[in-house]
This record gives sequence, structure tokens and C-alpha cells, in this order.
Amino acid sequence: MNFALPMAAGAAALLGIASFIGVDWDMPPVESEQVGYRGTGMFVTKDAGEAAAARAANVVPESPWEPDPEGERASEVYENVQVLGHLSDDQFTQFMASITEWVSPEAGCEYCHNVENMASDEVYTKIVSRRMIQMNQAINVDWQAHVGNTGVTCYTCHRGNPVPKEVWYRDLEPKPASRGYRDGQNVAGVFSGNSSLPQNALEDYLLGNEEIRIHADTALPTGAQTATTKETEKTWALMMHMSESLNANCVTCHNSRAFNDWDQSPPQRVTAWYGIRMARQLNNDYMVGLTPVFPMDAQHRGPEGDVLKVGCNTCHNGVQKPLYGESMLGDYEDSLRKKVNTDVPDFSDYETPEAVVVE
Amino acid sequence: MALLSFERKYRVRGGTLLGGDLFDFWVGPFYVGFFGILTAFFGTLGTALIIYGAALGPTWNIWRISIAPPDLSYGLALAPMAEGGLWQIITICAIITFSSWALREVEICRKLGMGLHVPFAFSVAIFAYVTLVVIRPLLLGAWGHGFPYGIFSHLDWVSNVGYQYLHFHYNPAHMLAVTFFFTTTLALSLHGGLILSAANPGRKSGWTNELKEVKSPEYEDTFFRDTIGYSVGTLGIHRVGLLLALNAGFWSAVCIVISGPFWNEGWPQWWAWWLNLPIWS
Repeated sequence: MNFALPMAAGAAALLGIASFIGVDWDMPPVESEQVGYRGTGMFVTKDAGEAAAARAANVVPESPWEPDPEGERASEVYENVQVLGHLSDDQFTQFMASITEWVSPEAGCEYCHNVENMASDEVYTKIVSRRMIQMNQAINVDWQAHVGNTGVTCYTCHRGNPVPKEVWYRDLEPKPASRGYRDGQNVAGVFSGNSSLPQNALEDYLLGNEEIRIHADTALPTGAQTATTKETEKTWALMMHMSESLNANCVTCHNSRAFNDWDQSPPQRVTAWYGIRMARQLNNDYMVGLTPVFPMDAQHRGPEGDVLKVGCNTCHNGVQKPLYGESMLGDYEDSLRKKVNTDVPDFSDYETPEAVVVE
Repeated sequence: MALLSFERKYRVRGGTLLGGDLFDFWVGPFYVGFFGILTAFFGTLGTALIIYGAALGPTWNIWRISIAPPDLSYGLALAPMAEGGLWQIITICAIITFSSWALREVEICRKLGMGLHVPFAFSVAIFAYVTLVVIRPLLLGAWGHGFPYGIFSHLDWVSNVGYQYLHFHYNPAHMLAVTFFFTTTLALSLHGGLILSAANPGRKSGWTNELKEVKSPEYEDTFFRDTIGYSVGTLGIHRVGLLLALNAGFWSAVCIVISGPFWNEGWPQWWAWWLNLPIWS
């Protein structure tokens, strides 16, 4: 008896059923936004139910109280206030209350402070948060081209989590000359939107300063454009990351008839161009430098020990304008929209804390 | 004209669906019928409207003429003529024309006492078109989701709509459709090659013009049995061909109608079900 055919048919039927019931299908209605001339297919479509859920999940938290900017400076009242010393006492405590809600609502002040001696820098997270406040200020002051007047706060990324949920790291892959080596691609890449595109492409664009120069300027090949298919696919992996991060699609920023042509592209592409450079700078100037400060464990580092890094989704969290473009800075103008102390500490001989055990 | 005079004895009365004997006549080689009148009328009207639309547009370049659907803001309402209304009327004309053509084929089949395989097959193509310009726009809530009528512009539309879902090659129905399209051409080329090789066996020797005997279907079957162990047979290959071709059109319609109404993320993300199969996750 030949069982091969019925077995194959059975397996195919099972897979067909799994692919139908295992998928979280959408149902109409669909929210669509037109971003180009009619009939060009320049639409961003979203499932109406999921869009409503995203709106409910991305609401700006209220500030604990409206701070009084008058009075003694924090630097005069407290010891060891390095980057927020210019705030008033009330502004300072209001900011501390806010950052606790934004970053460590469960662990509270203890997450960063020795509560016996709040001025002490002995807890590594305090060193990280000081650097992160500097980063936050730098984003709001230097990167208006990307964040506009809306700006960012700790909450934009943290959302009540000590470590932001959406980060990236060097994804594990078989090394050259090892068994199963596949040149960093052909696997469902977690940072390339589950596609088989290169899995560590973010390293080249959001850490390295590789430019996206893979598009030919002529209809027929002239030999001037030497980018390979793999280099092209690497840029696509970055684009997958961007699309997934914003829950947007390719036509949000490009007219696909000429991806490279700025004149045919929606203006959002300019914002995104700055965003790539912003993420790159944040990773190089802030995250990588902090590497020795983070404990060597799976919560704080990637599988190869690299520091967790900023991607587009770190702030965007699946929304084209983080928190739907609502600014939180109103109550934090002095704390987060002023660069006062921009000193970069040297962490190179920092004693890396012990791994944090998760229970 | 020999063929036409031969054909004349098959020109039988009756078999019409509508119009009785009134339109039951031929013009030259063409059967007319009620649906022939409809086809001619709405085909001409639609074409004239496309030319009118081209006259309103910026170019007479045949490649670049485009009749675009309305803006999304019109939803499922009628739009002004110059702002997508033309597209709406042309779409109605096209659907009537294509459907009438299919029904005219049905009438001819009935006259000849044939099965309805050809009009059925054509209906699948009409179904794919209607899916693109009626069913999907209805599900998405705006006629603006239809594709524009232009040689280049409809290609740009296909490209952009594909990139709305990040990577269309991961669309499972698109995979099926593409596979069926390619398999259709493979099957047709194998079949065409086989028939021509059986009908053209060559000359008996290089020195004479005497032709070898044309080979029978048994030779054709044997060729494939020797090659791949199985021959689907003379009638069977046409069943296979029709099945492949209709599936190509059908899955094309499926792959676009699920994009948007039933799936709004990138298509690579659809495959989470595979990554999450309890076998390995």
C-alpha cells in the first residue's frame, strides 16, 4: 500500500487549516488614509478595531502636579544633582515623582536610589537614568527635525517598564565557517519584521552610518550602480523595521514607482530620514557608552552581551506619531527641553554590576 | 471564406437567453444577439468615455493616459465626472460589456449544443476584475480603492498597493496565483510542443521530401509515460489546463481581496501562524 500520497494530502490539508484558523484575520471596516494622488494606490490602511485599541493604549499620563518654577534651586537643596540642578525644588520633586511613574512604578524610588542616601550613585540605574535624562534633553533640543515641538519624555519609550519593551540587539546567527552559516539572512528575522531579509541590518544603519544608496538613477543598467541584491535587501530589512515600528507601510514615505525620488515621496520621508540619524546618534553617543554600566544578564543585554539599543519602535510603539502626537513636555519644559550639563562621563572602568536574577 | 461557408450550416436559430428571435442574426462572421448589442453599445460608450477622459487629462501619450478613480473622501458615493465620476461610469460600462460578452458566448454554446466551459472560464476573469473594482472597494468603503485605467498608471497602482503590505510575495494567495500562472504556461508549452511534435514527425530521409507518418495520441501518451511515468491523456490535459488557468485568476482575486479587508499588516507578519505552530514553538 502506498501511503505517500494520502499522507502528503493530509499534511497539506492540516497546514491549510492551521493557516486559516491560526491567523488573526482582520474584518472590515478598515480605516484608510490617502497619502497621494487618487488612483495611485497611495493609501495607509488600518483595521478599525485595532486602530481604536492602539489609540486607547497610547494615552499620555497626567503629570502628578503642576510644579512651581520659583524658589530655591535643586542644586542648592540637594547634593549631587548633576543634570537637573537648574530646576526649582518643586520642579525637581515633581519630575522625580513623574519619572518613578514612567519608569519604575512598581519598584519605586529604590529602583535607582539607595533610599538611605538618595544622593549616592551606588545603584547603577541612577547612573543610567542621569545619562538618559541628558539624552532626552538632547533629543528635544537637537532633533526637532524629527520630534518637532512634540518632543519626548522618558514615558515615550518606557511606558511604565524599567527597560523599554521595544529594543533591539545583535541577533544570534551562525558565524562564518560554522555549520549552518547563512550569511545573516534566510531566517524569520525578529528585527526585520519576520521576513527572511538580513536579520542584523539595523546594526549597519542605526549603529553604523551606512547610507541607503542602492537605487539606480537610470531605467537600464549602466554599471554606475554596483549595489548587490543582498545590500538592497538589507535596506529593505531596515524599512521592515521602520514600518513595523510605526504600524505604517512603504507608501507612507515612498511612491514605489521611484523609491529614491524625493520629489515623488510624501513629506514624511524627510522626518524618517532624520529619525534614522537620530536613532544612530542615540545608540552611539548614549547606549553604547553605557555598556559597562549594565548588568550582564538577559534583561539588559543581547545574547552576545551587547547593550540593548534604540530602534524606531522604542519610541513609536506601533504608532506613526508616538502617543498620537500629544506632547507631554508642557509640565517638563525646564527638565527635559533644556540642555544644561552635557558632560559625558567615562564609564570605561566601571565595575559591571552583577546579573539581576529575575524571579 | 471557405471556413465561413462551411460554418453556415451550423448557423441555427434559437438558444437565445433574451430577445427571442429579434437579435438572432449574424453580421458577417459575428453572431449578434441581444448581448451582442449590449456589448457593442457599452463597449463603445466606455471606450468613448476613456477617450473623453484622456482629452480632459494632461497627455495623449498612449502609455501615460490614465482615468483615475475618485478620492477616498467620496467613499461609496458618486464623484464629479472629472474627479473620478468618469472612472465610475467606465467601470459600469466595462462590467456590462464583459458580462454581455460572456452571455453572448452562452447563447452561441446553446446554439451549438456545447457545454458552457468557455463562458464559465471567461466569468472567472470577469470575477477577478469585479473583485478589484467593486468587491474590494465596497469592503474597504471607498471607490477610490479601485485601480486606474491606464497602461502605466495601473502598474504604478499595483506596485504601491503591493507595498501597502510591505512585501507582497509573502501573501499566501499571491504565491498560489503566481504558481498557477507559471504552471499554466508550463502545461500549455508542454502540450503545444507535444502536439506539434506528433503532427510534425519530419521527413523519411534527407534525400526525399516524403513525410513520415503523423503520430497518433498513443505516441503522445507514451512520450509522457516514458518521461515522467504518467500521461494525463488527450482530454485530461485540457482539464488540467483549464483547472490551472482558472485557479490562477481565482487566487489572484483572493490575494487582493484579502489584502486590506481581511489583513492590514505586512504579509511577512501573516506567517506568525507558522512560526507559532505548536510543533516548534
